Amino acid sequence: MDNWTFGITMVVVGMGGTILTLWILSLLMNVMKRIFPITKEGK
Amino acid sequence: MSEAIGNGLYGLVAGFLNMHWSNPIMIVIGMILLYLGIKKDIEPVLLVPIGFGCILVNIPLAGLMEEEGFLRIIYDAGIITELFPLFIFIGIGAMTDFGPLLENPKIFLLGAAGQFGIFLTLALALALGFTKLEAVSIGIIGACDGPTAIYVTSKYAPHLLGAVSVAAYCYMSLVPIIQPPIMRALTTKEEKVINMGTVKKSVSKTTKLLFPLVVTVLGGLIAPKGLPLLGTIMLGNFMKESGAVSRLTKASENEIANIVTLLLGISIGATMDGKVFLTSQTLIILGLGFLAICLDTACGILFGKILKVVTRGKVNPLIGAAGISAYPMSARVVQKEGQKYDRKNFLLMHAMGANTGGQVGSVMAAAVMLSVLKGMGVI
Repeated sequence: MDNWTFGITMVVVGMGGTILTLWILSLLMNVMKRIFPITKEGK
Repeated sequence: MSEAIGNGLYGLVAGFLNMHWSNPIMIVIGMILLYLGIKKDIEPVLLVPIGFGCILVNIPLAGLMEEEGFLRIIYDAGIITELFPLFIFIGIGAMTDFGPLLENPKIFLLGAAGQFGIFLTLALALALGFTKLEAVSIGIIGACDGPTAIYVTSKYAPHLLGAVSVAAYCYMSLVPIIQPPIMRALTTKEEKVINMGTVKKSVSKTTKLLFPLVVTVLGGLIAPKGLPLLGTIMLGNFMKESGAVSRLTKASENEIANIVTLLLGISIGATMDGKVFLTSQTLIILGLGFLAICLDTACGILFGKILKVVTRGKVNPLIGAAGISAYPMSARVVQKEGQKYDRKNFLLMHAMGANTGGQVGSVMAAAVMLSVLKGMGVI
C-alpha cells in the first residue's frame, strides 16, 4: 500500500471511527441518564 | 610495572577519551530538562527523571543501556512490555471525574474533534518521508497524552521514543502558551461571551458506575487493539466510582502512579543516547508535535462553532479548545480566556466536560488507529 492511500485511509477511517464511536457513546450516556435518573438524595 | 600504571591511568580517563561529540550536548540537554522541570515547573515529575536518565545514558562506558545495565532492565521490564503506560492509566482513571462530561454528553464530540491533529499530522509525517509506523507514532503526539504516546511509540517505533515522549510532555505543559492565541484568532467577540449557564447536577451514581463499563465493552468491541489503553483507564475510574476499593484506588493514584512515573521517566531518558537522538529527524518530530497540538486546538474550536450553530447559540466555541487530553490545564485556559471578555462567564465546568471528553477521545483515537492499522495489515 502506498503512503498516499495509507494516509487518506487513516484520516478518513481513523478520524471518522473516532467521531462515530464517541457519538455512539454520547447517545448511550443520554439513554443511561434517562434509565437511571438522579434521585433527590443524589441531588 | 610502568605499563600496569599506564593501563590503570587509562582506565581513569577512558570515559573522557571515549566521549562521542553528541554526548556532552545531550548532557546539557538533560540539564536543560532538569532546569525546565525544577525552575519552570514544566511537568517536573516527568522531566526530572527524564533529564537525569538522559545524563546517565550519555556517560560513555557505563553501559547502563547495554544488556544487564540497570536502565536496560527497567526499560525492558516496563517499556518493551508496555506495562508502565498502562499502570499510569489506571492512576489517571482513578483521578478523573467524568461527571462534568456526563452532565452534557454531546460535549463528547468536542473530545473527538480535538483528535483531528493526530490524523492530519500523521498524513504530514508520511508526506515528509517517515515510514508508516513512524508517522503513526509522530501523529500520536497530537493526542496530548503522554502515556498513550509512549504506549504506541514503544510498540511501533521504539527508536523515536525519546523524541516523541519529550515532545508530548513538553507541549502538554505548554498548553497555556500555545492555545490562547489560536483561541483568540478563531473566535469572534460575540462567541467569546456566550454564557453557557451553570452545570446542573443530573447524573446518578448508577450512570457514573456504568460509564466505565460501557466505554470498555463498546470501545473494546470497536477497537480491540486499543483495549489495554481503554481497559486500564476505565478500571481506575470504575474503582473510584464504586467506592468499594478505596485502598486500591488510593494506591493507583498515589503509590503505583508515583513509582511507575519515576521508572517511566528514567527509562525514557535512557533512550536519549546522543548518537540516536541528535538527528535532524528529532527536530522535525518536535516541529510536527507542535503542529499537531495547534491543529487539535483549531479543530476543537471549529467543531465548537458547529455545535454553537446546531444548539442555536448555547455552546461557547472556546470550550472546543479543551477537547484535548491535557487535563485540567486546557479547561483552565478556556475559563481564563472566557473571563477576559466577560468576568461573569464561568466556562470552567463545561470546559472540564470537554477536557475529560478529550481524555477518552485521545485514548479512543489511539485505539481506533491501532485497529485500523491491524485491519489494513500494517501491524
